[in-house]
Amino acid sequence: MTETIRKRPPRRKTQERLVQAVLFFCAAVSVFTTLGIVGVLLFETIEFFREVPLWSFLTDTQWTPLFSDKHFGILPLACGTFLTAAIAIAVAMPVGLLTAVFLSEYAGDRLRGTVKPVLEILAGIPTVVYGYFALLFVTPLLQRFIPGMAGFNALSPGIVMGIMIIPMISSLSEDAMYAVPQNLREAAQALGASRLQTAFGVVVPSAFSGIAASFLLAVSRAIGETMIVAIAAGQQPRLTLDPTHPVETMTAYIVQVSLGDTPTGTIEYKTIFAVGMALFLATLVLNLLSHGLRERFSEKYG
Amino acid sequence: MTPATVETQEELTQAFAIQGLNSWYGSFHALKGVSMTIPEKRVTAIIGPSGCGKSTLIRCLNRINDLIPGFRVEGQIAFKGQNLYDPALDPIQVRLQIGMVFQKPNPFPKSIYDNVAFGPRLCGEKDRSKLDAIVEESLRKAALWGEVKEKLKQSALALSGGQQQRLCIARTLAVGPEVLLLDEPCSALDPIATAKIEELLMDLKKSYTVVLVTHNMQQAARASDYTGFMLLGELVEFALTAKIFTNPTNSRTEAYITGRFG
Amino acid sequence: MKLEGAVLRNLLARRRRAEWIFKIAASGALLFALGTLGVLLLDVLRDGLGWLDWDFLTHFPSRKPEQAGILSALAGTFYLMILTILIAFPLGVGAAIYLEEYAKKHWFSRIVEVNIANLAGVPSVIYGLLGLELFVRTMGLGRSLIAGALTMALLVLPIIIIAAREAIRTVPNPIREASYALGASRWQTVWHQVLPVAFPGMLTGSILAFSRAIGEASPLITLGALTYIAFLPDGLTSPFTVIPIQIFNWVSRPQKAFLNCAAAAILVMLAILLAMNAVAVFLRHRTQRRMTL
Repeated sequence: MTETIRKRPPRRKTQERLVQAVLFFCAAVSVFTTLGIVGVLLFETIEFFREVPLWSFLTDTQWTPLFSDKHFGILPLACGTFLTAAIAIAVAMPVGLLTAVFLSEYAGDRLRGTVKPVLEILAGIPTVVYGYFALLFVTPLLQRFIPGMAGFNALSPGIVMGIMIIPMISSLSEDAMYAVPQNLREAAQALGASRLQTAFGVVVPSAFSGIAASFLLAVSRAIGETMIVAIAAGQQPRLTLDPTHPVETMTAYIVQVSLGDTPTGTIEYKTIFAVGMALFLATLVLNLLSHGLRERFSEKYG
Repeated sequence: MTPATVETQEELTQAFAIQGLNSWYGSFHALKGVSMTIPEKRVTAIIGPSGCGKSTLIRCLNRINDLIPGFRVEGQIAFKGQNLYDPALDPIQVRLQIGMVFQKPNPFPKSIYDNVAFGPRLCGEKDRSKLDAIVEESLRKAALWGEVKEKLKQSALALSGGQQQRLCIARTLAVGPEVLLLDEPCSALDPIATAKIEELLMDLKKSYTVVLVTHNMQQAARASDYTGFMLLGELVEFALTAKIFTNPTNSRTEAYITGRFG
Repeated sequence: MKLEGAVLRNLLARRRRAEWIFKIAASGALLFALGTLGVLLLDVLRDGLGWLDWDFLTHFPSRKPEQAGILSALAGTFYLMILTILIAFPLGVGAAIYLEEYAKKHWFSRIVEVNIANLAGVPSVIYGLLGLELFVRTMGLGRSLIAGALTMALLVLPIIIIAAREAIRTVPNPIREASYALGASRWQTVWHQVLPVAFPGMLTGSILAFSRAIGEASPLITLGALTYIAFLPDGLTSPFTVIPIQIFNWVSRPQKAFLNCAAAAILVMLAILLAMNAVAVFLRHRTQRRMTL
């Protein structure tokens, strides 16, 4: 019986193997990318720490690698990053969450179908455009209310960055809330809960890991955002939490150095990799946490 | 259709008086002129094949169907003389008086304690010792206290299906309703868990009006005092359970309970 | 827990008030987000529309704002995108096919999966650092178009893989089973059955990914792309600039008139993005209609 089944021609078998190898290579590129990023950052960062002790990198309160009196304390850059990201989250979190609850629990399908794509335009606008908007529209507007605010400051790019990440929080949180089974809503309402009590007493807590994942992703995005802060926050590393002053973020510093022609092997060149490493680690932790939370959420309601 | 009435041997107060009830999901006519009276402090079972409208009927009794877009209702449901669909009446008020337990156990993903305390907290109860008392009392009434009193702080999702369903009953009782609506409460449970719930119903009818939707005729026969049989959105027959199962008036009822269709 | 009379009325009134407050707050939040979008567009239109003319599109940048144009940036963006698409699209589709149709669910595909999710979240400026060290320095490509395209390709690759996988998942399994039942090999099934159905979806997702890349400035600045270029790229190793970098350059100038140049360039860029998104929406709409017929 088996005799009568024609054997596949050997050429086809080789072809199959070849195709599979090529496809495997494509999938492996993404792994190589990660290895490349880690390798490059690690290599130059180790070089950097041969010249600058880790302790002074972490504790020095000045960042002046481009001056003759060089200091390599990451704190001012970390502080600028933290400050702008915190302002962004302070804008995006309440607006995004309110929007998400409204779209998921109140809006009909038609309203949700219109509003969501329009909101997502916000995430699709290039960041240089937001930088332009922050510097030339929002800052002058804020200066009318806050006299003495500098032309470059943390507040304006922070707010604009917050607006940019609203759809990230609202869309992902809304997806999470939408996935909460309808029978939990019915249970709450059968117990006499109002819509609002159902939303905040049952739906939001049930979707909590999904919402938290969107929140972490938004923080990661705000930390890594570059052009808005490079354009509108000024480029002065400064250890301050006053949002009306100019600051410099880690990302903006990388851009600042890259704009000048910095030869390989110099300490200035190495600094951008050390800063890049700090940035990479911070966002990596946030992304991994977010990914873990999302997996947990989809296990619960997948 | 003439209103189905129950030949009573006992003096009964009526809980629900339903008059010419019609309802639609969009263009689908789900209930067709249902009229019946449901007695107080008795177990009334509604049976019928799936899609006959029994769930729709029970879901009209606490206006939980209001949440479904495109749902429409005509006719009258009076609960102790009060029209439930009176536009001036807040549906939340209705649901506080008329509790409901669903087909699939649906505990909130919170602790056992927080599940039971959910309703009272909505009503503004913050006093910890009062909440403790309500939680204990409700769990006792639902015959669950002994099994969970040591682990009130644990997640309700860790309980077995039968325990979860009794928790849902306790959660409903904690609000202090007068009526319990149960929509196929045992369809997702094994026979032992089912027996426990049926036993519980015997107990609960001393203080609550119970309306039980079930597709399980044995359950209706065992657990209820009155039974209504529904078919294709109509109430075919409504009578004492003993009578329905031994001597039904309508031939379609007879066909159903003897298992010729359904 | 019996509530009666005044207590109940009070409770219900309080809940209704809370509902109202929430609705007002949520509408406010929504209006804030959508309103900002409107204000942003109006602001750019007001500043830039007057500067946007044929000369602006066909002139090189200049020290004099009145004569400045975006020809080199426009050409740079165009060439860079073509190259990026040529590199990233086949790679992304290949990876997606491997993960969906070939990989067994073992540790390797699990690692790739987590890896892709994380890569999608790595800040774009980090990709610039990778490109700088790997393509510009180590491989000696210099600050060239090809170095930029390779960097951008790696940046969009995770998004393309995710989009392509989603498109492949929409292909119903019976199609595959039917193909295997007729004796087709795995690759024949993929090539003749799965890809034709999934292709429009892959294209739509990829267009959206590339439209994101068009607006990216930071990885290219980090790479060392120049901000002032007064010639057209003439080969893979030619230096280049792109529209977002040109915008960044103009925004950083002190002269007020350059800000109008920046606004006009923003309008050009937004128009390109709008066109790409329109194509994506059109494609999606067309395939949806075909699938339901």
